Amino acid sequence: MGNISKIITSVIAVAVIAVGGYIYSNVSAIAGEVAAKDFKVGFVYIGPPGDHGWTYQHDQGRIAVEKALGVKTSFVENISEGPDAQRVINQLAASGHNMIFSTSFGYMNPTLKAAKRNKNVMFEHATGYKQAENVATYSARFYEGRYVAGHIAGKMTKTNVIGYIGSFPIPEVIRGINAAYLGAKKVNPDIKIKIIWVNSWFDPGKESDAAKTLIDQGADIIMQHTDSPAPVQVAEKRGVFAIGQASDMSSFGPKSHLTSIVDNWAPYYISRVKAGMDGTWQGGGDTWGGFASGMVEMSSYNDAMPQDVQDLATSIRKGITDGSIHPFAGPIINQAGEVIVKAGDKPEDAMLAGMNFYVQGIDGQIPK
Amino acid sequence: MDFIIPAILTIATAATPLIFAAIGELIVEKSGTLNLGVEGMMIMGAMAGFATAIATNSVILAMLAAMFAGAFMALVFGFLTLTLLANQVATGLAITIFGLGLSALIGHSYVGITFDGLSKGIPLLQEIPLIGQLLFGHDIMVYMSFGLVFLSYIFLTKTKAGLILRAVGTNHDAAHSLGYSVIKIRYMAVIFGGAMAGLGGAYLSIAYTPMWMEGMTSGRGWIALALVVFATWKPWRALVGAYIFGGITIIQLNIQGFGVNIPAQYLSMLPYLATILVLVIISRDKILVKMNAPACLGKAFHPNS
Repeated sequence: MGNISKIITSVIAVAVIAVGGYIYSNVSAIAGEVAAKDFKVGFVYIGPPGDHGWTYQHDQGRIAVEKALGVKTSFVENISEGPDAQRVINQLAASGHNMIFSTSFGYMNPTLKAAKRNKNVMFEHATGYKQAENVATYSARFYEGRYVAGHIAGKMTKTNVIGYIGSFPIPEVIRGINAAYLGAKKVNPDIKIKIIWVNSWFDPGKESDAAKTLIDQGADIIMQHTDSPAPVQVAEKRGVFAIGQASDMSSFGPKSHLTSIVDNWAPYYISRVKAGMDGTWQGGGDTWGGFASGMVEMSSYNDAMPQDVQDLATSIRKGITDGSIHPFAGPIINQAGEVIVKAGDKPEDAMLAGMNFYVQGIDGQIPK
Repeated sequence: MDFIIPAILTIATAATPLIFAAIGELIVEKSGTLNLGVEGMMIMGAMAGFATAIATNSVILAMLAAMFAGAFMALVFGFLTLTLLANQVATGLAITIFGLGLSALIGHSYVGITFDGLSKGIPLLQEIPLIGQLLFGHDIMVYMSFGLVFLSYIFLTKTKAGLILRAVGTNHDAAHSLGYSVIKIRYMAVIFGGAMAGLGGAYLSIAYTPMWMEGMTSGRGWIALALVVFATWKPWRALVGAYIFGGITIIQLNIQGFGVNIPAQYLSMLPYLATILVLVIISRDKILVKMNAPACLGKAFHPNS
């Protein structure tokens, strides 16, 4: 009897395992089919999505892609530029992501290496300058926004001094300073620009010290090329105006915040992911979009701006969008008096991308 | 010359968080414990202070919460190093990394909001011409930081408790044989240090830049640690040092604003160069080291050994 019950038990056990395995294999088959239909997009972030600046805007773009196209997205935050980035990008490629956006300059070489190993994955790298067959690069013409901001600043200032907080003296930032100055100069010939470098992208304390110093030295408009809203907050306390960066910072200065230059990655992300799904995506190219492509936007204007200033800002933005206005249209002359862009000419992108000079009229020198 | 008084006011705000954190750490080190977790305790204080200020609209509660948060982190450090005798350097570093991560996690929903922050200036008194702004134009925590320096000086040099604390830091075996509870005294010092670091952090999030941002202490905890050595464990020198450290930052910003072309990086390096210089000088003079540096700094104490 003991033997029989043993046999029965083992038969039941085998049956249970077999049935279970059958069900399991079916379930996984269904899951596999669904996954094949899905298009997976991965994002690599340098900071946390809650930084209220650079990474926040990229994450908004990711959310927009999910909403518009219904694809699956995933992101990895706080990835330092270096070996970590390499590992994370490889892992995203290996785990079935069809397209990967790496959103910081320092991810350039890790992205290229991962692209070499994963030929069937499409890569998009922000702000880089090296492409490959399956790597495209993209950035935004923030200087267009700064040119509009410069016009606003030139009109709104009473002391004729703009205070500008710089992060690092790289072409991107220098281009912004020049664009802001040229814009302000157009509407206010007496304008002066004071520049303080804080040697950091993100240090609220130091940024606020820089803003205070600029205000103490007579600036009544604060512009920034750093990521924290601290300067806007200082401007609010001191009763002067400020222009924000990367995302809408109006909650930090309801009275002081005139507008922000906003990075809007959503249109680009949606069009690229769509192209990837259609099979029309191509690597090897670079996209440098501004107002016209929707990559750069201005957040809503503060009511403190008189109607004529708002209208001016709107018309400059419109002009840049339709191509009738270019912030760096000739004549562009550097501090040494050399003509960089001849009168009537439009600048070449290569010159803009590598800009390492102040235009005539700006005091001081670029730190070496 | 209108910018001079505002510049001095700005220097005071730059120096104040450093004073709190440095005095706290100074007391900890005087007891013979080295807590490298100042940055982590500060950022937890900044987080807790800001969250409480938003929730209750009370700066007093915010300060208390910040002290509590800093003290909690210090208690973790104390338990690991004093009770479990873990390595102090490694534990301190872990506390810093832990604090940065935990504060980011808890503070997630506080990003992007702000409030008015601490009010500045004493009414009427700050209207006095010339010295009014200079002496009475600060927020309350600036005066508290001066009070803290004074009290810690009195405590360390004029009170019995202060002398016991120093005895524990100088020779824990001797202090133990005299019947003092080395571990208990060190626990109290460590918790006090944590509370002060938390308060320094809160200054950043409720007065300096009234907002919460991940990693907003930006290395100030490390400057406070350097400051303790720079001050050769004397409260008054820590005060002066904090104003020098803060002053150099503000002065270099001012110089830049005037368009003078001195590379800002060199000026940013100055406080650290000064610290290294002081370290070299005090290490050369053996008597000075014996007078000031707690001899048992960083050494674990076990009552039975």
